Amino acid sequence: MNSKEITIQISEAADSLNLKKWDYGASFSNDYSVQVDKGEAKQLKASQKQILTIRVWNESNLVGITTTSDISESGIKKALNQANIASDFGNKNERTEFSPLAKDPIEVNDSKKRNPVGIKKLLTLLREAEVKLLESHDSIKSVPYNGLSESFYERVYANSDGAFRSYTKSQATLYLYARAEEKNKKPRSSGSVKLGYGVEDIDIESCIKDASNKTISHLNYSSIKTDKYLICFSPESFLTIINAFSSMFNARSILDGVSLSNKNSIGENLSTKALNIYDDGLHEKNISSSPFDGEGTPTKRLCLINKGRLENFIHSESTARIFKTIPTGHAGLGSKVSVSPDWIVVEKSEENSDLKTSLDHSTYEGEFVYIEELNAIHAGVRASQGSFSLPFDGWLYKNGKKISIESATVAGDIKYLLKNIVNIESNQEVTTSGISPHIWVHELSITGDK
Amino acid sequence: MLSSQIKSNEIIFGSCNKDLLEEIIFYGMGLGADFVEIFIENTDNSSVLAEEDFITSVSPSFGRGAGIRIFKDKKDGFVSTNDLTKNGLMRSVSQAIEMLDITDNKKIEVFKGLDKHRDYSLSKKKWINEVPSIHEISEKLLVSTKSLKKNNKIITRKGSYSRSLQEVIIASSDGTYVSDIRLHQTVGLNVIASDAQYRSSGSRRFGSSGMPHEFRLWDHEKAANDVFESSMNMLYADYVDAGQMPVVLANKFGGVIFHEACGHLLETTQIERGTTPFENKLNEKIAHESVTAIDEGISEGSFGSLSVDDEGMEPEKSVLIKDGILKKFISDRAGELRTGHKRTGSGRRQNYSFAAASRMRNTYIAKGEHSKEDLINSISDGLYCKSMGGGSVGATGQFNFAVEEGYLIKNGKLTNPVKGATLIGEAKEVMPKISMCGNDLELAPGFCGSISGSVNVTVGQPHIKVDSITVGGR
Repeated sequence: MNSKEITIQISEAADSLNLKKWDYGASFSNDYSVQVDKGEAKQLKASQKQILTIRVWNESNLVGITTTSDISESGIKKALNQANIASDFGNKNERTEFSPLAKDPIEVNDSKKRNPVGIKKLLTLLREAEVKLLESHDSIKSVPYNGLSESFYERVYANSDGAFRSYTKSQATLYLYARAEEKNKKPRSSGSVKLGYGVEDIDIESCIKDASNKTISHLNYSSIKTDKYLICFSPESFLTIINAFSSMFNARSILDGVSLSNKNSIGENLSTKALNIYDDGLHEKNISSSPFDGEGTPTKRLCLINKGRLENFIHSESTARIFKTIPTGHAGLGSKVSVSPDWIVVEKSEENSDLKTSLDHSTYEGEFVYIEELNAIHAGVRASQGSFSLPFDGWLYKNGKKISIESATVAGDIKYLLKNIVNIESNQEVTTSGISPHIWVHELSITGDK
Repeated sequence: MLSSQIKSNEIIFGSCNKDLLEEIIFYGMGLGADFVEIFIENTDNSSVLAEEDFITSVSPSFGRGAGIRIFKDKKDGFVSTNDLTKNGLMRSVSQAIEMLDITDNKKIEVFKGLDKHRDYSLSKKKWINEVPSIHEISEKLLVSTKSLKKNNKIITRKGSYSRSLQEVIIASSDGTYVSDIRLHQTVGLNVIASDAQYRSSGSRRFGSSGMPHEFRLWDHEKAANDVFESSMNMLYADYVDAGQMPVVLANKFGGVIFHEACGHLLETTQIERGTTPFENKLNEKIAHESVTAIDEGISEGSFGSLSVDDEGMEPEKSVLIKDGILKKFISDRAGELRTGHKRTGSGRRQNYSFAAASRMRNTYIAKGEHSKEDLINSISDGLYCKSMGGGSVGATGQFNFAVEEGYLIKNGKLTNPVKGATLIGEAKEVMPKISMCGNDLELAPGFCGSISGSVNVTVGQPHIKVDSITVGGR
């Protein structure tokens, strides 16, 4: 069945069960991936997957939900029945409705969709990439984590009020994580990930080069003394920390009492005036962009922080209604609808005269810690408390030299961090999770082995 | 025609699918596979969330699918599908064969047909009718969240329950033909406490496998008291000072460090990748002589227990480390093929869309002879980690773990609560520093995410003392 036929099937089944109000979200995908080990194919995978999530509203206008991979006629009927039963337990204190924007026009651009290249081509390309990475430096002994995949999928949203949206996309991913070993030294590992609409869009050479350079740059390492340091966050690491604390912008988190913000926080000074942050799911560099969210609301660019002030929250239909605003296109589809950012864009605002522009990661000669990549986010972030303590990969710059840091954590408080940004470099870099320049922060605690 | 003579063209749960499975396997072997494995599942799950004094989410789900794995030499092709018809399964086999570029070597004669059906599900079919209803679950969760409302500093209260019922059929060209039903239930409580600028959180999770009545027996009052006390103790805690120091790790979930930092390095997937420092250390000392570590899938009711693994093998009790000496690796079919380490009944996967891999089950450090007080009394200046948060292990073996509830140890006594602590180290360096093990082994449930998805596991240990470890703080 295609998505139109599924919609008709659901509509007819709902009629037969006397269910007047329903909506659904579905995903249909075909994925292919390969892994290699020293020139040999290790595992080749293909999967065909379908997921259907149906919500129904009962006579008391309470919502029930069911998710299934069975889209047969009987599976759809069973899902509607289960959702109807679950609606008896629907949340009476927070009603859910269709998004008022679920029929607004959206722009669906299928022009960037690619055709499959097939498993054999994936395997050939990954084998070649592994060989090149191994040959790039004598110390690189293996590429233990590697993969090349391509995915083709369709997402659908429809409801009993006549809304129907769908789009199809393709996406390819290459990751290469190398392991370097030298005598009398600990092994070091680093890597690179590249995304594209298709395999032909992925810059494989640059992925190899990045993985090699990063891994080799950590070969000469040293412990760092536990102390407070001037910090430079790479674009990737700054985006990681902003995403980890995105509950500050999240209306769902505010209602749940797990955000540092509250309903009246709009307008508060969160950071230095020089900082702007947007959520821009439709950004042309966002390979994973979706034209609508789980409730069918169109995706759009939204300013979160404007010149240091909290400007907007991200919303679902129900949180928007409670906050007396409109949905922003950030909802999932669930019994309790989740809200999450799409694609964070960080930039320097016009009010940037207080920034110390001499702080540039490529030219600054004073002492600082460069944080390349933050790890273990799920363990080291207390989003509801604002604190973090995270291991990282990075370097200590001192006396004109750059030394890889053996093993250390950076700890602090997000509000302190945002208010103590001392420079926002001019050049923005595109990463897999958004866009940001390098960001400098005055003094955060680093714990090392010394 | 008698109904028994009708050959089904689709996998039907609860029926004999032997003919169809044999036909699929014959088909794969005929196309030149060295080995064919079919894993089919049918799931029926539900979860319930209570927030404050209301049920805010009830989420049932169900589904079915198959994962087909073909081995040729040491490589494998894996295809997953929701199509359980004969045509759908054969198409998946063809796709795997094509991916592996197999063009000759018909091996039909290697497959002698499926063995006698080993049906582990017979006594478990009634479980679906014995598990608590959504109504029953909701009522108990609401009582639980109400129990958390002990003062006005508690600003957020949550109780969550989830149940997964998985019916599986496993068949492979070595004759394996197995059916099973797995039931997992887990329930958790969370609070956030707040007073002026101070904030803390507390959480506990409980879980069981194969025990439909376990949720009814869960002592929610005790759990609520525990979570409440933890959040209150940590509300005004200072940040810990960073540095090297001795630590005592509490029993139960304290075992997450052994699981993450050492257990994963003893999985054959790590040998295959060349990412474990223990690869060539079998029968060598890798830990302090006070350490004996076990991985097993047989403790009744434990969250990581199985009647049979996802490759059709009954789980064994594997002594990984005995008195500090490395004795065994955790192995699955691919691990045995690629590393030579015998299978241990540890081939596990989240669901049909993942190929099985060597994964831990119930993993713990065995009990020693000391009391908890012996361990704390032996430290003049250190840290007691009563409750651990999550953590991770890097590609070269470094680990880090958040301490959710910690207390300073001064002159052999527990003193002030401290927050913000992170334990940092490497398994190879920390294992020899576990110098004392308590006599109070307890297990705790958890979810482990790795190469074959998220699987239910148990971690555990008695109280243990690590002579020196890096504690990250401010």
